[in-house]
Amino acid sequence: MAELCDLTAADLASKLRAGETSSTEVTESCLARVEAVDERVRAFLARTTELARERAAAADARIAAGDAPSTAGIPIALKDVLSTKDITTTCGSKILESYVPPFDCTPWARLAAAGSVLLGKTNCDEFAMGSSNENSAFGPVHNPWGLDTVPGGSSGGSAAAVAAGEAVWALGTDTGGSVRQPASLCGVVGLKPTYGLISRYGLIAFASSLDTVGTFTRSVRDAAILLSAIAGSDPMDATSLDRTVDDYAEGLDEGVSGLRVGVVKEAFGEGVQPGVRSSIQSALNRLSDMGASIEEASLPHADYALSAYYLIAPSEASSNLARYDGVRYGLRVPGRDSIEMMARTRGAGFGPEVKRRIMLGTYALSAGYYEAYYGQAQKVRTLIIRDYEKAFESFDVLVSPTSPTTAFRIGERADDPLAMYLSDVFTIPANLAGVPAVSIPSGLDEAGLPVGLQVTAPVLGEALVLRVAHALERELAFDAVPPLVAGLAA
Amino acid sequence: MGEDFETVIGLECHVELSTRTKMFCGCRNEFGAPPNTNVCPVCLGLPGSLPVPNERAIEYIVRIGLALDCEILRYSLFHRKNYFYPDMPKNFQISQYDLPICVKGHLDVQVDGQTHRVGITRVHMEEDTGKTTHAGASGRIAQAEYALIDYNRAGVPLVEVVSEPDIRSPEVARAYFNELRSTLEALDVSDVRMEEGSLRCDANISVRPAGSPEYGTKVEIKNLNSVRSLERALKYEQERQVAALRTGEKLVQETRHFDEGTGTTHTLRSKEEAFDYRYFPEPDLPPLEPDTEWVEKIRGALPELPAARRARFERELGLAPRQTTLVGASKATADFLEEAIDLGAPAAAVANWMTQDLSGLLNKARIELPESKVTPQHIADLIRLVEESTISVTAAKQVLEEAFETGKPIEEIVETRGLRQVTDTSALEAWVVEAIAENPEPVEQFRAGKDGAINFLVGQVMKKSRGAANVRTVQELLRAKLSGS
Repeated sequence: MAELCDLTAADLASKLRAGETSSTEVTESCLARVEAVDERVRAFLARTTELARERAAAADARIAAGDAPSTAGIPIALKDVLSTKDITTTCGSKILESYVPPFDCTPWARLAAAGSVLLGKTNCDEFAMGSSNENSAFGPVHNPWGLDTVPGGSSGGSAAAVAAGEAVWALGTDTGGSVRQPASLCGVVGLKPTYGLISRYGLIAFASSLDTVGTFTRSVRDAAILLSAIAGSDPMDATSLDRTVDDYAEGLDEGVSGLRVGVVKEAFGEGVQPGVRSSIQSALNRLSDMGASIEEASLPHADYALSAYYLIAPSEASSNLARYDGVRYGLRVPGRDSIEMMARTRGAGFGPEVKRRIMLGTYALSAGYYEAYYGQAQKVRTLIIRDYEKAFESFDVLVSPTSPTTAFRIGERADDPLAMYLSDVFTIPANLAGVPAVSIPSGLDEAGLPVGLQVTAPVLGEALVLRVAHALERELAFDAVPPLVAGLAA
Repeated sequence: MGEDFETVIGLECHVELSTRTKMFCGCRNEFGAPPNTNVCPVCLGLPGSLPVPNERAIEYIVRIGLALDCEILRYSLFHRKNYFYPDMPKNFQISQYDLPICVKGHLDVQVDGQTHRVGITRVHMEEDTGKTTHAGASGRIAQAEYALIDYNRAGVPLVEVVSEPDIRSPEVARAYFNELRSTLEALDVSDVRMEEGSLRCDANISVRPAGSPEYGTKVEIKNLNSVRSLERALKYEQERQVAALRTGEKLVQETRHFDEGTGTTHTLRSKEEAFDYRYFPEPDLPPLEPDTEWVEKIRGALPELPAARRARFERELGLAPRQTTLVGASKATADFLEEAIDLGAPAAAVANWMTQDLSGLLNKARIELPESKVTPQHIADLIRLVEESTISVTAAKQVLEEAFETGKPIEEIVETRGLRQVTDTSALEAWVVEAIAENPEPVEQFRAGKDGAINFLVGQVMKKSRGAANVRTVQELLRAKLSGS
């Protein structure tokens, strides 16, 4: 019953190699799904349909010639903060509505060289600032699990596209949870690797010291395959780690027997939805059944993570977004002189959340306030890094809910930024510490919406988080399908 | 300047490094290329681009730091300096703040035989901005219809050398600036051309009652486009501030602009209008942690610095301190001296020609030695011909003038102008006899014992030979004739 576009990349790769299908067929399947659902989901800001068909044909030729890596011919969607040469890249913002990059971001450049098929660019919160995708200048994305609910954010379009079968997999970015939280709300696998493992070259910066490229997939194995294809040092990014690429799919089946799993106690307090709590609890029981030891762990300074994040990220953003001034590219609103032109351009081009964060960051970096805000936040960041180091002395991995709740209704938190910010309270610490974390679906809540479980490991512990997530994925056998997709088959 | 006030000056000098490529990308670093041809996503600050430090530029700044006796920090950071300006692609400049690469150095400079030690607070690395040209009817910013921006310069490696407020007079400021320039030149890290902007300088100046432990109100002067402007602006500002203090006027901390036309300064912006740059550590760049071995390797490879070179000129060539100061003022002049010596000319003679006649010609033409047509070969030939008595010193001066104008070889000028000296006694004899016959009075005087009277007769013979006679030969002939008969 499942269509090609609903399969995992790993399955499709073996079918392609066996000659059971072609990249063209898989691509057409995705395009048909986009055609069928995207008017309702609104995952894509731009579709590159013709380019996708060309690339699929080229991939088929490569596969036939026996010269194709495992990602060849698999259709992908990219979050619209990832630069693509000659393809408009908007960051979900009016200020970049007309911006066409002259170069590819490194992750896409690597995938393109490996024969990947680009379906299009996905919707997101403006400049990746948001947790619901409602901050996009081009309208919200609708969660395939409930069209009146949000897909999470900021990479909401990528998450929804993978959940709805519009793409086999997708890339997003994660600065405070922007891959893991939407993956959780959309019932897919979302991986945020160690800071610096994937090059940020071409990722349009929100907060440089926190930004990471991440993956959306329908299985943990797919996450491992996609990560292997895009990770590794890049001479164009001075913060990329000097490391050769591992094959992250290798140790996936080693199981969890004997592993020490820490359950982050701070992530089970007030504000966690009962359905989320019970889903995580039953997953933990299964882990225990599989031979892992489960004990309570603590990140004592996690309570301060949100505040520190909302000083550090806006501070960096206020500087990163200063370049959008109408001088060289993007929107320009004329003024009497260049300063007025810049002010008008920025006034008209940025949405309210972006402006709020620019103002927050500008204030936090100002003379006389720097020590009290930015300086203090950096100290908290150091404490959180130490919390993790301490916790990982006793545990191999840490587990928590990915987000306190499942998908909420569109508009529900739009007027309450603080309630919205709380959506990322469990994902932010991993960004501050730079450690890898993955979110996998652990089940559905009472309303039939997916719950996400987060596994975190020490720096460069990708193989470990993927191994635990893979074991749990097999054990939980989460096979629910979003009602939207189920409806299509009927 | 009365005796009761003391001037306090500190200089901030910006040096564009002459690396092959820019600071954070692979674009070529060259002056004068067509606008916006040496640009890429990184130096244009396009979304998603990232800076990657130029290792050669770091090596250059370490070289500068070591030459200025600085401490090279084992851990230093790049910071972002945030402000909006159209020719700054990212609207922030990657610079350094509280952890620069080089700190606590000094530079010794000589003024009137006295040594002044000027402390170096810091030497830090940053990137240059683009260049704006305001276009339109009048060319003035306020009336410009549009502005054109050239980003070729954006991202060029820039080093800032900040001195301590140790300078006490405009003369010492000039000497410091010149010494810094020749040091940078010797290090081969920059073109140090003020007119091309590869060396720029801002000055901080205040005055205070002599003996006061506290500094006066500081003024920063911008738009100093030459060494002359630096000294003029400081002299003007020193007088302005002293006059203000004498009349009880209150000075304000501000940035002032130097006007080359009037030689005066005027307010650019007050302290209240100063930018808040919101410095914070550049998250796109890891800390700089130069290892000791690398730094020591650079130290070991440092070239001879100007002070050491001047000392060597005094010690080995026997030049006077006054001459070494002049000849050793720049790499070009010092190299010139040594090349002429290598061509066989005696050091003292080369130094004399350089500091007197040649220097006079350069001043008159308002050019620097490297821009002139005169080569070390010219000077060496000139000295040789004078020593061989082939030409007279007077003739040599004329020859140098022509060589300065045309660049023609010395021998050729001597031949075409017929300046070769006549030492042939038979040719001179007739003029000597004539001169004696025509001037009985000096002849009488000489014979009566007034030896100086012979000079008049020598002059007459020289006149008849139109300067071509060898003076010594003429003297000998005259003496022989006058005492013989």
